[in-house]
Amino acid sequence: MSNLFDLLVAGLATGAIYALVAVGFTLLWQTSQTINFAQGEFVMLPAFLMLAAMHAGAPFWLAIILGILLSMILLGLAFKMLLVDPMMRHGVLPLAIATMALAIGIKEAVKQFFSAEASPFPSIVPTGDISILGHAVSLQSIGVLVVAILAVLGLTTLLNRTSLGHQMQAAAQNPTVARIIGVPVERMILLTFLINAFLVALASLLITPIYLAKFSSGEVLGQAAFIAAIVGGFNQVRGAIAGGLLIGVLDNLAAAYVSTQYRAAVPMIFLIAVILFRPQGLLGRAEERTV
Amino acid sequence: MKSTILAGALLAFATATGVHAQAIKLADVAELSGGGATVGTNWKNGIDLAIEEINAKGGVLGRKLEVTHADSQSNPGVARAQVQKALDAEPYVLLGPGYSGSVKVTAPLAAEAGIAQIMGGEAAELTQAGNKFLFRTSFGQQSSMPKVAKYIHDEMKAKTVAVVWVNNDFGRGGRDVVVKELDRLGSKVIADLSTEAGQADFAADVGKIKAANPDAVFVYLNEEESARILKELKRQGVTAPLMGETTLIGQKVIELAGDAANGARGHVGLTTDAPVDLIKAFREKFSKKYNYVPDHNGLKGYLAVYMVKATTEKMGKVDSKAFADTLHGLTIKAADEPGILMDVTFSDTGDIDRQSFLVEVVEGKQVVKQVLPKVK
Repeated sequence: MSNLFDLLVAGLATGAIYALVAVGFTLLWQTSQTINFAQGEFVMLPAFLMLAAMHAGAPFWLAIILGILLSMILLGLAFKMLLVDPMMRHGVLPLAIATMALAIGIKEAVKQFFSAEASPFPSIVPTGDISILGHAVSLQSIGVLVVAILAVLGLTTLLNRTSLGHQMQAAAQNPTVARIIGVPVERMILLTFLINAFLVALASLLITPIYLAKFSSGEVLGQAAFIAAIVGGFNQVRGAIAGGLLIGVLDNLAAAYVSTQYRAAVPMIFLIAVILFRPQGLLGRAEERTV
Repeated sequence: MKSTILAGALLAFATATGVHAQAIKLADVAELSGGGATVGTNWKNGIDLAIEEINAKGGVLGRKLEVTHADSQSNPGVARAQVQKALDAEPYVLLGPGYSGSVKVTAPLAAEAGIAQIMGGEAAELTQAGNKFLFRTSFGQQSSMPKVAKYIHDEMKAKTVAVVWVNNDFGRGGRDVVVKELDRLGSKVIADLSTEAGQADFAADVGKIKAANPDAVFVYLNEEESARILKELKRQGVTAPLMGETTLIGQKVIELAGDAANGARGHVGLTTDAPVDLIKAFREKFSKKYNYVPDHNGLKGYLAVYMVKATTEKMGKVDSKAFADTLHGLTIKAADEPGILMDVTFSDTGDIDRQSFLVEVVEGKQVVKQVLPKVK
């Protein structure tokens, strides 16, 4: 029982990070029909930007700020202007393939400039335990969970409670009508790219102390977050959050109760079941698109 | 007049061939570039240092040693081609490669040519294929794991043990030997956990260890995964003592795992931190010549050359065909041949038996806590 509790906490902490990345997937999809297959590498890169800042002599807090800002410029602004905008007019598939190429490019560049070996990365949460319901729970798990929940709450508040959020939703749901009523659609789309870049930088900050900074560490994360987004519902932010948490817990329970070799297969089987029986995702809504 | 010229020509030819035959030719194939460049460069530098020392003291049986270095590019396919090329030049002994995978594909070539191969690979299977020409410079898993099991049973007094291993040839080989030995000694393996190479998340595995609550945990993973599991063990508050091999307490693991590596213990076959005067002297000579502190691969390369010297002097002649037979079962004492650094015995399979070290990570540094004696 104690083991189950530990597994649930660890699973929720990992799942919260998956959720951050999955939310980014859904945001980009909703506003610009971009399926970003480089999302995992987007999580890997900010950690290296922060490490580069630290190597240049910046203290950790400054390196975090610089890392997040650089991520927003590179993975938000530059990604949209240099890759998404020119490719968008060719359709969803060429754009998706372009993001796959980008993923390879980012990985190889990091390998070239840093090294193929892993590097340590400091944690923003101190090590240690606190007692919850008689169980010792690591501060790191709690910290990751709290930061991720705060980020998601902040995002949902922005989307649902502010004029800016309503404009973003309008731009996502019906850009033509939104334009007619005066919503600056292009700016709203850019904003979602910047938010995605912020979320992946945050995920990078939280996950890298555990996974270590390595050029290939985005592969697992990108795949898990993609599955989470589909399972939860690709067109719903709350679906991506639920999907992320669910996949995190499922992955940990599978590793413990099925086997480590088959842990990666369990979320996949779950994904197939969702696609077969509830194609719109657990919390998603069915939609039709004109092609 | 003609006969004088002929005699002169014959003399010149004899002198020329005589001088040429004076040098004993060794061939080295190592990982000088690619992923194993650190391994191969240390190995090569160790060889060069030993040859320089030996030649300065008059060589082996009065003949100088010569070596040619070839680069395997850390690639078994290239290693095979380079070894074939080296064997075509009929060397006295073949040195290298360092990677087990490269050794595996090149060993049949050397055996077919009847040339002894002294290499750096550590996978258990290398010396289990009945190859009569293959020799190690360090422990194979079948030599190191019994020492690890004995330490867990005798010194850690562990009645129950959790074994975590990486699911590849290296991990499975080590796991099989250690589990068998623990069982023989009476320590019970209560959790036997396989993990995947490159695995990032160890929360579930550590959860299982925590639930099993063993007296000790044996960790046998590659360096990066070792660092990740050490962090997770600390995160989940597992307090059982941790035991492993070089891959658990290496400098890279300490760098990656930080504080989480403190307290981890490991069995190390060769280390330049060993409290042995001859090894300290080697480290000093090496550092002076190359301006960096060698790792255990530098020691391996150095030892390989002194194995050649001691075996040749034992035979009293330079005979590549009899070399392997002489080295099998040979004990070389450091008192007789200081270059061998520690007393060593070679088995009939080319495996090695010598003392080794128990290292603990204390405040981010490797500290040799105990010298473990030879098995026999």
